[in-house]
Parts: sequence; structure tokens; C-alpha cells
Amino acid sequence: MSSNIKELVESLNNNKPDHKINIMEVCGTHTMAISRYGLRQLIPENINLISGPGCPVCVTPISDIDWIIGIARQYDVSIFTFGDLFRVPGTESSLYNEKSKGKDINICYSPADALDFARNNPGKKVIFIAIGFETTIPLTSVIIKRAYQEKINNFYIYNTHKLVPEALELLLLDKEVEIDAFLCPGHVSAIIGSKPYNFIAEDYHIPCVISGFEPMDILESIATIIRQINKGISEVEIQYRRVVREEGNPAALKSIYEVFDKSDSVWRGLGNIPGSGLKLKKKFLKFDAKTYFTVKRFKSREPAGCECGDVLKGIKKPTECRLFSKICKPENPIGPCMVSSEGSCAAYYKYEKIKVQHLKNLNMTLI
Amino acid sequence: MTNSQNKRNIKINNKKFKDKIIQLSHGDGGIKTGELINNLLLKYFGNEILNKLEDSAVLNCSSKKIAYTTDSFVVNPIFFPGGDIGKLSICGTINDLVTTGCTPLAISLSFILEEGFPVSDFKKILLSTKKVLDEIGLNIVTGDTKVVEKGSADKIFINTSGIGFLGNNIDISPCKIEVGDKILINGGIAEHGTAILNSRKEFNFKTSIVSDCAPLSSLVKDMLSVSKKIHALRDATRGGLASILFELARASKTNINIYEDKIQVKKEVRGICEFLGLDPLYIANEGKMVVFVDRKDADKVLQAMKKNKYGKDSRVIGEVTEKGEGLVILVTELGTKRILDLQYSEQLPRIC
Repeated sequence: MSSNIKELVESLNNNKPDHKINIMEVCGTHTMAISRYGLRQLIPENINLISGPGCPVCVTPISDIDWIIGIARQYDVSIFTFGDLFRVPGTESSLYNEKSKGKDINICYSPADALDFARNNPGKKVIFIAIGFETTIPLTSVIIKRAYQEKINNFYIYNTHKLVPEALELLLLDKEVEIDAFLCPGHVSAIIGSKPYNFIAEDYHIPCVISGFEPMDILESIATIIRQINKGISEVEIQYRRVVREEGNPAALKSIYEVFDKSDSVWRGLGNIPGSGLKLKKKFLKFDAKTYFTVKRFKSREPAGCECGDVLKGIKKPTECRLFSKICKPENPIGPCMVSSEGSCAAYYKYEKIKVQHLKNLNMTLI
Repeated sequence: MTNSQNKRNIKINNKKFKDKIIQLSHGDGGIKTGELINNLLLKYFGNEILNKLEDSAVLNCSSKKIAYTTDSFVVNPIFFPGGDIGKLSICGTINDLVTTGCTPLAISLSFILEEGFPVSDFKKILLSTKKVLDEIGLNIVTGDTKVVEKGSADKIFINTSGIGFLGNNIDISPCKIEVGDKILINGGIAEHGTAILNSRKEFNFKTSIVSDCAPLSSLVKDMLSVSKKIHALRDATRGGLASILFELARASKTNINIYEDKIQVKKEVRGICEFLGLDPLYIANEGKMVVFVDRKDADKVLQAMKKNKYGKDSRVIGEVTEKGEGLVILVTELGTKRILDLQYSEQLPRIC
């Protein structure tokens, strides 16, 4: 362990609060990093890190998955999606299963790949599944503008984009959820800046620290939160200064709102959150897959026993779900949190199946 | 090459193979097949046994114990930085073979070619295959070629088998692993998998990552020449270092510690893994041998490895700590611990 980290860990333990505190990390990449680096082993036991609704795939409602599968089944289309969504189970099937049955479903790494394919294959209808928070929305907006300028008529997006700050407010209003501080997402904040969190610190008196993703970043951010709690203050602070500015990225924000208007959006586990979604402006509506393709009526059903909803709200840890690692595993995921590379169940399954205390007791000889 | 249909049409001569693309007739056992074998394949691989073009090769082997392995290769793309499907097929086979500590004797090589496959590409593959065979001093003794309709296979698939004989005193197997054994590896990890990803057309990364694809028979020979206490060998291919450690820990019912700061991951490899959300511990290698050796001999073996051209970056990365349920524990750079488990992943199809 480097001396910097050692000092930080010591100071965390020396200054730990006298009561249990819950810090919610909102971003799935934070969840993964915390599990992967075993950070729970380093921090005081009364600091409880809980995961929030920070994985875009996980908060996408099952009806969206069913809708996309419906389009794939009913129409001759080429669908482009990020890999994470590929294996998420819908009510009856998944995109992965549909691909096995011969549907044209492709994994891509950028919406530009889908647009390129549409441009090169004018006879095919191409749908890009636009998923993600403020981090990926600017990309989608740029692609839509490009498709518009180039008059590409066979390109559509299935839009499930969502906005983070609105969901945080909903969590604060939920009496079941106990949050003492937020570890705010680094990449999302690079776009939106720190101001959208001000209401959390001012109105709800909850400390917010925007954190980077290295172990040192996360430990430093936790130390900052503890400092605020010990002083009895609540502020929005940026730890991830090397990337995030107060004002965010004005050019990216401008691009988003050139293409989209705010709208309501349904989140898995959280329900409908006013103002937490985006819809294409009228000018760009011809790119909207939901408008262009009608899907036969279907009834979406959450998988029986799956507690992703409670996991997404931080009410339950993945290990507290009855299905976790018994029936629900990465090779047989029941809910989305086990599928996504940012899902908290996947993080726990991969890295934290064994309890921290047991790990501490394992034999250690050093070479 | 050695089936009876082909045999009738073979006359060994020095004619050039003039066809530009592979056609179905190159696999139908007729005149064209004869030309392919005689004017192309035997030019690269001809030797006393193969030249007989018999249905079966007959080999001399005085040993009572033989090691025998088979493998298929479907890598996409077929040419990648650091190798191609031909080199890969020989390296993969020989590396599997020598994990037993055997002396390799011979290899078989069979092709499934897609109609329309350019002969110029086929020649490039044959040449690199021959180069690696020459390096390790082994012959192809039997083989086969089939051609399938366009669309029924992707350019070229290769199947191989390898055979070797074992000295009576050699017994290398996961069940020989003992508490206290040191775990060694001959260099950085995840280079093959990331090189393949990097060369796929959907990525436009500009990196200098090269596959570690290499034949490790000389490395294993050098190790065995300095120690009789090598307990287990495994080449860390699909599933990466973590998966093979997991399998060996389970098989030997021991717990293993490995140390993150001892495992070499090149900066660019780490970069591409971080970008794509992949864990280098689970990414394929094609030239990395993991060695379990009695701790008393560990340094001797390490020095022998470092002298081999494929072992310059060899290092000790962990040890067997206790009898147990087969846990592989990664001690992170922070000093925290996490369990390495088998991972479910289909993110990287056709890497070998």
C-alpha cells in the first residue's frame, strides 16, 4: 500500500463519526471500483457504502426491453446496442436470445457505428438503443444532428436516456431509504457540473462529493464527506477536479438541449420520475423508433423474486436478495443488476461474494 | 492430404500452384485437390513421413507414456499484430502439449477453407506456420483439407493435434501442487486478447499492442533441465491467468495468493482493458506459461526462464498458501484482498 493511501486510511479511522452513516455511491463505475479494490476492507465499519440507481441498464424498465424485442420480432430491422443491454432479460426473451434466433442485433461501442451502418445500407432500417445518463446523451445528440443534416431516412433511436439529479431527489423523499451523503458521479458531473446538486446540500442538508474513480479518489471523497459530517455542514464539493468544473461542459449541455426536451421517465425500481427523462424535439421526431414502429400489445412482468428495485434504491444489498448467487448469476441473470458491467449485483458477485471479515482472516504470506 | 481419394492424384513434382482463389474443387479429392497438396502444401510442409501421403502416419516412439492433444482455431481476424491463425495453431498446440513436460514428437494440421479464400492469404498463413515449425523443430506428419461453400465457414479454420512422449520420471499435473509452491509466469498478461480486439474493425484504437503468440517448448525444456520439482504447468489461454489459477486451485484443493503488483500488464494493454471494462486477469494469452514449482527450486527455475527469449520478463507472482477449497485470492496494490472466480463472458468470441 502506498504511503499516501496508508495515511488516508489511518486518518479515516481516526476521524470516523460516532454513529453509523450511509454513503450512497450513485455511479455504477464507483460501485465496481469499490468492490474491485476491496475498499470496504479499508474503511471504518460504521461507514456503510450503499449503491444507488447509477447503472443505466439496470434502471431501464422491463417494458423497454420488451418493446425493443417486439420491434425485432415484428420488423425487418438492424438493431445496434451497447453490450451491457444485450443479455438483460425481458419478460419472455432477451436481445441475446433473439440474436441466436437470427434477428439482426449488433453490439456497438458508439452510436456513430449505427449511423455509419445506416448510411452504408440505405435499404435497411437501423435502430440504435440510446441508453445512458448525461455522459452518453451528448453523443446521441450529435448523431441525431448529423443524421438530420445528412437527411438519413433509415436511422432511428430507441430513446431511454435518463437524468441523474432528479432521481436523487426522489430517493431523498423516500422514507425507506436512509442516505447521509452522496458520492456523486464523476463522468455525469463532467457534463452537468456541480450546480445541479446544490439543492441536495441546501434543501436536504446532505453532503455531496463528486468523486473520481481511482481508489485514492474514492477514499479522499469519503474523507471529505466525513469531514463535513463531523463539522455538521453540507456542501457540494468536487474531488475530481482534474475532470469536473462547476459549470460542467456547456457545449455538451447545449448539444443535448438542441435535440431533446425534458420529459418524465420511468425508472426500474423507482417508478415514474417527473423531469428525469428526455424526448426528441419535434424537429427530430422522425428519428424516434417509438413513434415509427408500433409494437403489438404485450404485458411486461418483473421476474418473480427479483429484488433489483430495492437494490437500486439502496434499501437492500445485493447479497440480501434471495436469488443472489443461488439462482441469479452472471451466466443466468434474473435481473439487470446482475447483467450490466456496472450493476451492483454483478459487482458483488464478481468481487464480494465472501464477507469482508472472512477475507481479513484468510492466510497471508507475502513473497 | 492423406486420405485415399487424394492419394490417387498425387505426383510429387515442382510445379507452381497457380490458382488465385480457393474453390470447391480444391477439396473434392480430384485433380485440383492433388495440385493443392502437391504444389502448395508439400512445398511448405513436405517431409519423409508426410510425403508418403498415406491414410495414417506411422511414428516411432519408444516411450510407454504419450501425451496427446487437439485444438481448433477460428480466430477473427486471421491476421493480427504478432501472428496469424497458422502461427497461432502451432503455438497453441505445442504449448498445450508441453504442459505435461513431454518431448513433442509430431503435429497434425487440417484446414477447413471457405470457397473464394485468396490463395495469397493462404500462402502467408502457410509460411508463418512453417516458420514456427522450423523454430521448434517439428514436422507435420498428417493432415487434411476441406473446402466448404462460401458463407459456410469464415475464410479459414484450422484443426491440429499434437503428440509427444514422456520420460518415466516426469509427472507434472495439478494434483502434484503442494502448499508452499511458488507460482511463476514468463511475462506480461492479456496481450493476445487485447491485440485481437484491437485489430477488429469495430475499434479504431491506435496502439502498438502485439499478441504474445509464441511456442514455449524451449522455455519448458529449459525449466525442466534445472528442476525436477516442477509440479504443474498450464498455458494461460482462454479465460486468462485468473481462470487457469482457479482451475488449478480447485484441482489441487489448495488456496492460492497472487499479488497484483507482481503481475505485469503493459500500459497500453491496461488502457484498452479500462476503456472496454475488461479485467486483464481474464483476457487470453497465447505465449504465457504458469508454473507451480517447489519453493526451494523457484529461483533456479526463474533464472532459467529469464535466459530464454520467451521468458525475459518472468517473475514470481504468488504462492500456494494452504490446503483449502480452491480459493484464488488477489492481494491488490492497496493490500486489500479479493477472490478471483470463474467469470462468465461472451464479450470476446473467436480470439483463438
